[in-house]
Amino acid sequence: MLLEELNALAEKEKAGRKQICVRCCMSAGCVSSQAVEIKKALEKAVVDKQLTDKVEIRRVGCMGYCGQGPMVSIESEGLLYEHVTPENAPSIVEALAGGKTDVEKGDPNMPFFARQMLVVRAHGGRIDPERIEDYIEVGGYTALHRVVHDQTPAQVVEAMTKSGLRGRGGAGFPSGLKWATVAKSKGDRKYVICNGDEGDPGAFMDRSVLESDPHTVIEGMAIAGYAVGASQGYIYVRAEYPLAISRLQIAIRQAKQNGLLGEGLFESTFNFNVEIRIGAGAFVCGEETALMASIEGRRGQPRPRPPFPAESGLWGYPTLINNVETFANVVPIIQKGPEWYATLGTEKSKGTKVFALTGKVRNNGLIEVPMGITIRQIVEELGGGAPEGATIKAVQTGGPSGGCIPAELFDTPVDYDSLMKVGSIMGSGGMVVMDNSTNMVDVARFYMQFCMEESCGKCIPCRAGTVQMYNLLNKILSKQGTIKDLEALEELCDMVKNTSLCGLGQTAPNPVISTLRYFRNEYLALLQPEPPGEKAKTNGHLAGSTH
Amino acid sequence: MKAVKPALPSQDKRWKIIDAKMRKLGYQSHALIETLHAVQESFGYLDEAALKWVAKSLRVPPSKVYGVATFYNFFTLKPQGAHTCVVCLGTACYVKGAAHIIEAIEAFAKIKQGETTPDKQLSLLTARCIGACGIAPTVVFDGAVAGRLTPDQAIEKLKGYVHAS
Repeated sequence: MLLEELNALAEKEKAGRKQICVRCCMSAGCVSSQAVEIKKALEKAVVDKQLTDKVEIRRVGCMGYCGQGPMVSIESEGLLYEHVTPENAPSIVEALAGGKTDVEKGDPNMPFFARQMLVVRAHGGRIDPERIEDYIEVGGYTALHRVVHDQTPAQVVEAMTKSGLRGRGGAGFPSGLKWATVAKSKGDRKYVICNGDEGDPGAFMDRSVLESDPHTVIEGMAIAGYAVGASQGYIYVRAEYPLAISRLQIAIRQAKQNGLLGEGLFESTFNFNVEIRIGAGAFVCGEETALMASIEGRRGQPRPRPPFPAESGLWGYPTLINNVETFANVVPIIQKGPEWYATLGTEKSKGTKVFALTGKVRNNGLIEVPMGITIRQIVEELGGGAPEGATIKAVQTGGPSGGCIPAELFDTPVDYDSLMKVGSIMGSGGMVVMDNSTNMVDVARFYMQFCMEESCGKCIPCRAGTVQMYNLLNKILSKQGTIKDLEALEELCDMVKNTSLCGLGQTAPNPVISTLRYFRNEYLALLQPEPPGEKAKTNGHLAGSTH
Repeated sequence: MKAVKPALPSQDKRWKIIDAKMRKLGYQSHALIETLHAVQESFGYLDEAALKWVAKSLRVPPSKVYGVATFYNFFTLKPQGAHTCVVCLGTACYVKGAAHIIEAIEAFAKIKQGETTPDKQLSLLTARCIGACGIAPTVVFDGAVAGRLTPDQAIEKLKGYVHAS
């Protein structure tokens, strides 16, 4: 493929567009509520009303407002329909020809949408993820062309560094530095891996990106391959995401057919291929060394670092491994320039972050906001606050590795460092809102059970420690614990955090530590008085991690 | 080193599909997980004969194949019921009452999570998170996701699968 052909394809697509485009959200959430039938019914209604010259029905990716799905949007008319059923289709189409409809309408200008800043999700809910032509129409694969022809690999790495992008998997490692390390590492072959093993319960940002805009991830990976000198990429996706897998398969096939993946891209000497590897339900595989073990066909058990994957990764070769959302940031950075990207967000956390806002909040769904926005703005302005009759108590970020942030700290800005300071982490982007009916000790137990079952069993602190912590939490919850159990729990938290091999164990105590820090009273209220004669000596015997 | 390819375990055509998958990946040991996916997709579970055959075909020790098959939650060594019901236990679903749905189904079908009814009609499974948090709580009935469920609605869906005994 040549640039002229790419542009011609985009022009052809634009010329073929009809006056009115009715977009049907076909992401996993909406598909589960009859989105496929809705699209069929709309297509039939357009034919019945003889509006085929004027109206087109388009399958699109996630619109984000999942709590109100299935969604249908008609941008040119400023319309957004919610909770659509197939039976609504005729009246929706009639309304386009002057008729009326009583289908529930949403406000496309409400804060949930208006307060967002779309970089990664710019195409979500707009283009058809199963047609490469749709992606090309919005400028797809021109960034890849530009780097392959106009930039040296070093310049691409430099652009990533300048942009200030940090890894979106949760830890926030500077992406430019990682790319530079892989580029410098010596090896007769190198690999690029996209980590789509989104295991955090309550998080679905990566699923949505893969389902809505798979080509942007593929293009980002190809650009990364060019920058670090790799010609083979792997996307590791969870088996729980069948729709994301099938859309990726379609996207890879279409990219190959169009010469956008394969040998000699854009008539250069650069080759790049992508293969999918499907996970098999192991949370620990989100850890990079475990993920690579899984791609190699082994049990997903982590190994100590160093050596880091950048030096010795997949099959011992230098490997660049980034998260889905990180790769989705690459194309916008190349297209609009690293300087533009560096103006977004805060001093140390650049750009935007996608969050899955769920739980006890009015507006559930996927949001993309600039770094630095406060939790209060997210929960109250975008989320619309608590549902009727409820009072929001805390927000959990970072899943089983993160912590609970209490309502009194909601003015904390959302960036890597501020969240760390209040005892949580950015994580991959799960944000679960909890209200007064949520028992925080129970939440801590929920996450501990998760970590206990997902511990790979390789190192003892994690394997045995999580079981002991789970038992102690159970004991406290069943009102049989004493202050001594609480102290033992705190001591174990400290031990597991400091001695575990990988991120799973090191962060497993976080939900306990953060709930103890902010909701200690809930623990104390469950404790039994100590049996007489065993007092004293325990005071001040704290693990030091909870002040 | 010349590899001796083991014979297919039986005449069943599904083995050929799995063999094709291994061939595509060059019968390399790293094809193991992909191959087990193919077996489970075709047969619904991994039995001993399949594990042994895969081990021989990929020239991987049977212990390693068994190790991988038991390490990952997605693989099952037991046959599943004719219908499956997967209750999502992700955080959003949990906060919105997934535990009550599990309890209701367990009481209704008289099985615990991870089990199959004696008549082999229904298997009750749980998932870590299916990523449909916006419509929590969710249950996947035979591969189709249903959202915003109450325990009663979940039972209603199962009535077609299980005849109250």
